[in-house]
Amino acid sequence: MSLLEVGGVVSGYGEMEILHDVSIQVEKGDIVSLIGPNGAGKSTLMKTIFGLLRAWKGYVRFAGEEITHLQPEQIVRRGLCYVPQVDNIFPSLTVRENMEMGAFIRDDNYQLRMDEIYELFPDLKDRRGTRAGKLSGGMRQMVALGRALMLDPQMMLLDEPSAGLAPLVVELIFERIRAINREGVTFLIVEQNALKVLENSDQGYVLVEGRNRLNGTGRELLEDKQIGELFLGR
Amino acid sequence: MAELVGYGFVLGSIITLGAVGLTLIYGIVNFGNFSHGDLMTLGAYLALLLTARIFPALGISDRPLSPLSFGWVMLLSFIPAMAVTGLVALVADRLVYRPLRRLEVKPVFLAISSLAVALVLRSLVYILWGPDYHFLIHGLRPMLRLPLGVKLRPDQVFIIIIAWAMVAGLYLFLQRTKIGKALRAMADNPNLARITGIPTERMTILVWFIGGSMAAAGGILLGIDSQVRPTMGWALLLPLFAAIVLGGIGNPYGALVGGLVLGIVQQASTMWLLPSYKPAVAFLVLILILMFRPQGIFGGT
Repeated sequence: MSLLEVGGVVSGYGEMEILHDVSIQVEKGDIVSLIGPNGAGKSTLMKTIFGLLRAWKGYVRFAGEEITHLQPEQIVRRGLCYVPQVDNIFPSLTVRENMEMGAFIRDDNYQLRMDEIYELFPDLKDRRGTRAGKLSGGMRQMVALGRALMLDPQMMLLDEPSAGLAPLVVELIFERIRAINREGVTFLIVEQNALKVLENSDQGYVLVEGRNRLNGTGRELLEDKQIGELFLGR
Repeated sequence: MAELVGYGFVLGSIITLGAVGLTLIYGIVNFGNFSHGDLMTLGAYLALLLTARIFPALGISDRPLSPLSFGWVMLLSFIPAMAVTGLVALVADRLVYRPLRRLEVKPVFLAISSLAVALVLRSLVYILWGPDYHFLIHGLRPMLRLPLGVKLRPDQVFIIIIAWAMVAGLYLFLQRTKIGKALRAMADNPNLARITGIPTERMTILVWFIGGSMAAAGGILLGIDSQVRPTMGWALLLPLFAAIVLGGIGNPYGALVGGLVLGIVQQASTMWLLPSYKPAVAFLVLILILMFRPQGIFGGT
């Protein structure tokens, strides 16, 4: 059984249908990437999975249970976290307070978890008293990841973690994502930077105009001629 | 001059109590609550009802706590008056603002609807208590001579102490507690708050209650400082808005400074202008801030 199953999802904003019929499966422990041109519906799919948009048709199952019509605040309690592309931190709160908010629904002592996350992102520990809004783009992305990790999630949905970051920082972020993945966290990652994300993925899905176009292992997709033409400029 | 600054500090403390609630509500629901002044009025009238009618009817009466010109019954009345006003603010949210939020109307419509709530509240005050002035206190006490040539009535010292104790309490709540931090987080980024699992509807209820009850406290203090009348809070609405814009809208810490500055500027202006021009001074401050520093001194959320 897959950890996340999305079947025949139709969804959109207001009257506008963006996703026409999308199905994906994410196996436990994998890093799965979701790529496609602008307007393919990648972020829409993420928001639909997380309950921020209503699925008009189809289903979303997480860990064997239907979550299709749950609210985000209910979904997050099941161990699925979402890191949006933009506005993914609380800018006027300190780094430490951002992390505390990540643990808002935890009633137990989360200090140990915070220490683990500081170990993963030592830079955050040094800046824990700084307002998150004053940090660089890369550090903000780390705060966003750290906040989501506070819940010890089974799975994380990341919307363009590399957007607007310098190549070296992108490298660092993906290296950290792999480290988190080795601890057993499953990832579904939306990316414009197809090359980078496919190199780091077990599986990949290509979405075009709100429909599934292709899927395969990261390597298969990297070597696919169609993908090369579509995204990688080959 | 020192005397006017002293009075300005008293008025500024009252404005601050209203302004922190107003800015806190703004940060969470994203519109300016035009009924905030009338919530202050309601608080003052509830204190009047409690001290003049309800407590005496229950056989509870007292003498003034010298050197103050009111007794401990007044202190006791703060709690129910604040609680009831907080509930009224919350009920207005359930009956008016929440249905409009669900329709996803623009913030300006919510602001206009709060103006309607303001009129309803004030009309209720007129119906229940009439248009006359009332006094919460009886008999004036001699002035206290404070350092730097400042002279204040003991009541005014009480006003400053109570107002800043409440503001400090709110500050600690926002800064130290999990719920307080979650309120700040929600003001920062409501979508992310929802994604993080913060119960945003419950936070909204809480912020109306806190904002409403702090407005009530400000209203009672204003009533102690001068008198209780139906337009007392409405007249303060403009300074309240000027204070939160000055401090950076949505920023509760900015509202502290904004409230004090507005109080002092308004009182100091009476050196050169008739007191009836005080609202015009608040307007002038508002225009100047909007022209030269629209983000406020400390920036908003």
